[in-house]
Amino acid sequence: MEIRETVGAAVTLLGSVFIFLGGLGIVRMPDLFNRIQAGTKASTLGTILSLLGLAIMNEAWIWKLLVIIFFVLITNPISSNVISRAAHFRGTRMTNKTVADLLSDKNKKISEE
Amino acid sequence: MVNTILIMAGVLMALGILLALFRFILGPDVTDRAIAFDVMTVSSISVIALIAYFAGRVIYLDVALVYGLLSFLSVVVIGRYIERGL
Amino acid sequence: MNIRNVANLFVLLFLIWLLLTGTFELTSLVLGVTIAGLFALNFGKNSSVFGKFRLTPKVFVYSLIYLFVIAWEIVKSNIDVALRVINPKLPINPGIVKIKTRLKSPMGRMILANSITLTPGTLTIDIKDDELYIHWIDVKTLDAEKASQEILGKFEKLLEVIYG
Repeated sequence: MEIRETVGAAVTLLGSVFIFLGGLGIVRMPDLFNRIQAGTKASTLGTILSLLGLAIMNEAWIWKLLVIIFFVLITNPISSNVISRAAHFRGTRMTNKTVADLLSDKNKKISEE
Repeated sequence: MVNTILIMAGVLMALGILLALFRFILGPDVTDRAIAFDVMTVSSISVIALIAYFAGRVIYLDVALVYGLLSFLSVVVIGRYIERGL
Repeated sequence: MNIRNVANLFVLLFLIWLLLTGTFELTSLVLGVTIAGLFALNFGKNSSVFGKFRLTPKVFVYSLIYLFVIAWEIVKSNIDVALRVINPKLPINPGIVKIKTRLKSPMGRMILANSITLTPGTLTIDIKDDELYIHWIDVKTLDAEKASQEILGKFEKLLEVIYG
C-alpha cells in the first residue's frame, strides 16, 4: 500500500520535472519552431506521466485519468501542428543556426512559375 | 512522505508554468504567445489533477478535461485565424 | 451515405461516453446511445475517414505493438531534447526537410504525421500528397530517402499493416 503510493508520487515528480524542462525550453530556445519542439512535447510527456502517477496512487480514478491522457495525446500534436503551419505561412523569422528550409524553397519555385 | 513528494512536484509544475508565462509576456510574435499559452494550459491540467488528489474530489478531473479541450479549441482557432482570417 | 463509417463512429463515440460517465444505469445508456447515434449520423455521412478501419486480430496485435513502439520513442526522444535544453551551449542544428511516405489512406497519413509530431526533435509542418515537410531539431541529412528512413522507418511498416 505504502510502496504503491510512493511509486505513484515518484512518477508524478518525474512528470513535473518534464513540465519544468518544457517551461525552460520555451524560454531558452532561439526561434518559434525550436520552442514548439522543446516546449509542447516536454509538457505533453510531463502531463501524461503525472496523470499516470496519480492513477497508480488512486485506482478508483484510473479510467477518468486514462480518458484525459487519451485526449492530451490526440489534441496536442494537432495544436502544435496548426500553430507551426500558421507561423511558416506568415514567414516567421528562423534562427541563424537553421540549415535548410525546403518548404520555402518549394513555395518560391511554384510562385516563380 | 507521499505528500512531501507531491508538494515538490507541484512546486516544479508551478515553476514551469511561470517560465512559460515569462515567454508569454516576452514573446516577440503572436505565434510565440500562442505556443506559450498552449504549454501553460497543458501544464495546468496536471496541476488541476494534483489539486483533485489533495481535495479528494473526482469532479475536479472533469474540470481538467474540459479545460484541456477548451484550450485546444482556442489554440486551433488562433492558428486558423493567423493563417487565413476568420 | 456510408453505413460502415457511421457504425464505426457510433461505436467510438459510445465507448468514450461509457468511459466518461462510468456507469451502466439504464437512463445513462439510453442517453448515450441517442447522443452517439445523432452525432454519428450527422458527422459520419460526409466523411470517409472512419470507414476504412477494419478490426482483425492481426490489426489489433499490430496496433498494440505500435502503441508500445511510439511510447518508447516518445520517452527516448524527450530525454534527448531535455538534455539539449539543459546543456549551456544549446546544441541544436535545425532545419526543414522533406520526406516521402508510402502510406495511401488519409487516416494512416494523419496518424503518421501526429506520431512524428509527438516524438520530440521532429515536427510535421505540412503535408502535400505523399510529401511531408518536417522541422528537424538536429538535421543529419537533406536527402529525402535517407531522411525518410531516419524519421519514419519504425512507424511506417506497422502503419502499412494496420491501414493497408
